[in-house]
Amino acid sequence: MIDVPVQPILSLRDVHKTYGKGPNQVQALKGVSLDVMPGEIFGIIGLSGAGKSTLIRCINLLERPEQGTVLIDGIDVTGFSGRRLRSVRRSIGMIFQHFNLLANRTAAGNISFPMEIVGKPKKERARRVAELLEFVGLSHKADRYPAELSGGEKQRVGIARALATEPRILLCDEATSALDPETTVSILNLLRSINRSLGLTIVMVTHQMHVVRSTCHRVAVLDQGHVVEVGPVDEVFANPQATMTRRLLKEATAIATA
Amino acid sequence: MPLLENEAFIVFWNQMTMRIWPATLETLYMVFASSLFGNLLGVPLGVLVVVTRRDHIMPNAVINSIASTVVNIGRSIPFIILMVAIIPFTRWIAGTSIGTTAAIVPLTVGAIPYVARLVESALLEVDRGVIEAALSMGATPWQVIYKVLLPESLPALVLAVTITTVSLVSYSAMAGTVGGGGLGNLAIVYGYQRFQGDIMLYTVVILVILVQLFQSVGSWIARRLDHRHTS
Ligand SMILES: Nc1ncnc2c1ncn2[C@@H]1O[C@H](COP(=O)(O)OP(=O)(O)O)[C@@H](O)[C@H]1O
Ligand SMILES: [Mg+2]
Repeated sequence: MIDVPVQPILSLRDVHKTYGKGPNQVQALKGVSLDVMPGEIFGIIGLSGAGKSTLIRCINLLERPEQGTVLIDGIDVTGFSGRRLRSVRRSIGMIFQHFNLLANRTAAGNISFPMEIVGKPKKERARRVAELLEFVGLSHKADRYPAELSGGEKQRVGIARALATEPRILLCDEATSALDPETTVSILNLLRSINRSLGLTIVMVTHQMHVVRSTCHRVAVLDQGHVVEVGPVDEVFANPQATMTRRLLKEATAIATA
Repeated sequence: MPLLENEAFIVFWNQMTMRIWPATLETLYMVFASSLFGNLLGVPLGVLVVVTRRDHIMPNAVINSIASTVVNIGRSIPFIILMVAIIPFTRWIAGTSIGTTAAIVPLTVGAIPYVARLVESALLEVDRGVIEAALSMGATPWQVIYKVLLPESLPALVLAVTITTVSLVSYSAMAGTVGGGGLGNLAIVYGYQRFQGDIMLYTVVILVILVQLFQSVGSWIARRLDHRHTS
């Protein structure tokens, strides 16, 4: 057998992102490089304001880096626009801290939405919506509007919606930060089972250490726009190198024992 | 004495059938036609003002400042002046500058910036996160407009159409005073110039009823369409 080296599904190379101009300028990312491997759950942790959201939004180019490259499957997509950009985005699902569901669509309508975007026929959409509702355990809430759902249920709809067009990568920006501890666990379990059963690559941004510990395979620590440490979760947690990692670990322990 | 031989009733009945009813129909015609055209043109203008903003889905500084300026100027011209100022345009479109059909032209022109402003504030209420979610799914700007912005703000848009229609009732009365027909014309010609106080009163009552009716129907529809909160 030939040993084929596995290519990262997603790479960031020296990504810089600055907001604003003049005295109000904020350097959110100051040269970030990362490799995410196919099938892994990759965590990005850091304090509030470290640049986590900016980083994850650079991946699907909701933010455009002014320097550096974003590679998906080894292809430089940084300069993509129009149709090519949309086609890249359609292969990357995203879920959000505040769910971002359409308030005037039901759970089923929300899940159908990305399939309407890509022009899937109605019959196929209906079949897939039923399948996804079943998968996230919400078949009985198909006709409910987001306002009638709990936070956990809304995030399940968000996850089903993100999976609807069978993406290869799922981006999660603080997906459990608005949820209570119990619901957080159930959503993390769902994400883990999606990762295992579908082999879906997940990039997970969070400020909560326990989320990384329970769910991620590898983690990058972000501090003021720099990646200060990357590695397998067990190693990073057992033997933290960067000051920021130690600080995050200490705070997590303090909260856990408080 | 039977009602139908009561002189006062006969006078009342004749005024209703000969004057009030036709004038009401004229008013409704002016209001509905100008509301229809005003919304048909005002909604796209409002959408344009929003989506071309610097922080929105189709940023374009030039188009944005032109569209905003048109809206602002339109909104700041008093209707009575607008009506007179665009008489040549009205003649060009309607062939005449008097009568109910001609009145639809200034009413529509006056309604457009008004609608656009209401649409603008309705669309700006749409959660940025939801727009972003749609973009992250690879939605085109056009898809964001007709699948996110418009449906998500539909209740507010219905209220905007309602407010416009209600305002057009009173503007149509104003248009009526300069030969536009309808209830406003009736009130001036009979109620004011010929001192028929009863006609003036009936006109006012009917205008109030129309406004109430439009407002309640509009509010009811808007409530029915709104799923943002549990009922
Ligand atoms: N749209 C924006 N305009 C200006 N500054 C921004 C914007 N988005 C984020 N920032 C700034 O960039 C920095 C990183 O923000 P963010 O990526 O949201 O951090 P995190 O998600 O880790 O809390 C912060 O200082 C924030 O204020
Ligand atoms: Mg954030």
